[in-house]
Amino acid sequence: MRPATIGYGLALAAALAVPAVGVYPVFMMKLLCFAMFACAFNLLLGFTGMLSFGHAAFFGAAAYATGWLATARGWGTLPALGAGVVVAATLGTAVGALAIRRRGIYFAMITMALAQLVYFVCLEAPFTGGENGLQGVPRGSLAGLVPLRSDVAMYYVVLGAFVGMYLLIRRIVHSPFGQVLKAIRENEARAVSLGYEIDRYKLLAFVLSATLSGFAGALKAVVLGFVTLSDVLQANSGEVILMTLLGGTGTFLGPAVGAGLVVTLQEYLSDLVGGWVTVIIGAVFVACVLLFRRGIVGELLALRARR
Amino acid sequence: MPDDIILETRGLTKEFKGFVAVSDVDLVVRRGQIHALIGPNGAGKTTFFNLLTKFLAPTRGRILYAGADITDLKPAAVARRGLVRSFQMSAVFPHLTVIENVRVGLQRRVGTSFHFWRPAASLAVLDTRAHELLEAVGLAPYARMVAVELPYGRKRALEIATTLAADPALLLLDEPTQGMGHEDVDRVAELIRIAARERTVLMVEHNMNVVARIADTITVLQRGQVIAAGSYAEVARNPQVVEAYMGSSTAALGGAPA
Repeated sequence: MRPATIGYGLALAAALAVPAVGVYPVFMMKLLCFAMFACAFNLLLGFTGMLSFGHAAFFGAAAYATGWLATARGWGTLPALGAGVVVAATLGTAVGALAIRRRGIYFAMITMALAQLVYFVCLEAPFTGGENGLQGVPRGSLAGLVPLRSDVAMYYVVLGAFVGMYLLIRRIVHSPFGQVLKAIRENEARAVSLGYEIDRYKLLAFVLSATLSGFAGALKAVVLGFVTLSDVLQANSGEVILMTLLGGTGTFLGPAVGAGLVVTLQEYLSDLVGGWVTVIIGAVFVACVLLFRRGIVGELLALRARR
Repeated sequence: MPDDIILETRGLTKEFKGFVAVSDVDLVVRRGQIHALIGPNGAGKTTFFNLLTKFLAPTRGRILYAGADITDLKPAAVARRGLVRSFQMSAVFPHLTVIENVRVGLQRRVGTSFHFWRPAASLAVLDTRAHELLEAVGLAPYARMVAVELPYGRKRALEIATTLAADPALLLLDEPTQGMGHEDVDRVAELIRIAARERTVLMVEHNMNVVARIADTITVLQRGQVIAAGSYAEVARNPQVVEAYMGSSTAALGGAPA
């Protein structure tokens, strides 16, 4: 067996054993939701070369849509999740269509401005609960078959979702479409001269990334049972960039590792040091940028390649 | 526009601020020919190429290709109609392997380029054709190498293979032998000749040996204007051309065929 296969096997076994060894499942689910968010974000940054500063808009809007439908409208869990994903995809199409007309920093600014717009809508709209957010989102059940009130059942669903998304992203990157994306990232003018309408490819990549980010947000709303403004806040867009860079852009597992690190630090350090946790994460980020620019997983892969 | 003309420009002009890069150029490229565009540095050859492939918008003038006016089309649309260019600076996809580079050129016509759910292995159907193209440019032994690791001359060869992969009706080559050693130059010249059996070639070229050997028609540009056109022998006799190249009308143009 290849070492990678063994590594994946061990990681999956550990993930399956989490509820049995007494790790708090809600924490693990939150971690996995952010890991999905970071992996979805990396599809755009790492594999297409576009840096969005507004991905919280897709994560948050989907979370609000799912949360509102499940509480105020009494929708079932799956339809509510599905609707959240549709909202993210629609929003992603609109934002993407505007943003991909520009490159680099201008692209980033447009995504940021539009995400800020979404934030203010969530702050002011009557159905989002304003500063209070949406509380008491029911977990319901999986198509009426598996009740999700138990943390263990919910955990396995989230783990399955994570594995599914991970495999889907791998497939997207290693698909005919992924090949064209790679070519565009490497040399745009050349791709154009071979007849590719690069804007359409970029838009599809953007929409896929936004859709998957939305799925992560919607699932998080169901898992934790609440949606707040922090889901749609600019800071959340920044955090997902941080997670991705920490773990390693353009690697499959890196963003998940980065998300794990950030969420763990936030969870356990905030009890010890309170508000200083932001400072510590900032310091970790600076160290990462200065010392290991490829991110944790990126550096490990580079180390293996050198041997 | 008669059938045997594949490309025609009428009064094509590009002005930048206070400077005319391409001035009122009327060019006719006949089907099946190798047509060379020559001229001293700064004559506007690359700008002219950028106009043809729509990477630049002309200030004035029309471009007709295969009977249709393509002046207002977008670059990718022009490429899909069969007018495909190479670039002056080596333009490969550096971190793709050699065979992947060629496959990008082939892939669009398979029609699965937006299929993000399909495995990349579905592109393996293109490998036979990709290998043929690599064989033709002498890159078959390097198929699995990452393009960035190729020496310069071979990168140019890879670029030509990728351009041919798009199966253009009109192939635009921007200085295909620039920076190459003797052996590579001969190989590429031969390759262009083979490629031209099934298509038309319009090339910017500095190497007069290559031009003399393979070009059917030559157009000479100077300061954005056409100063001569015709066969190599005709053009080489033109005093204006000789002067443009050598600075005096008495010196001979290099690379005359034996």
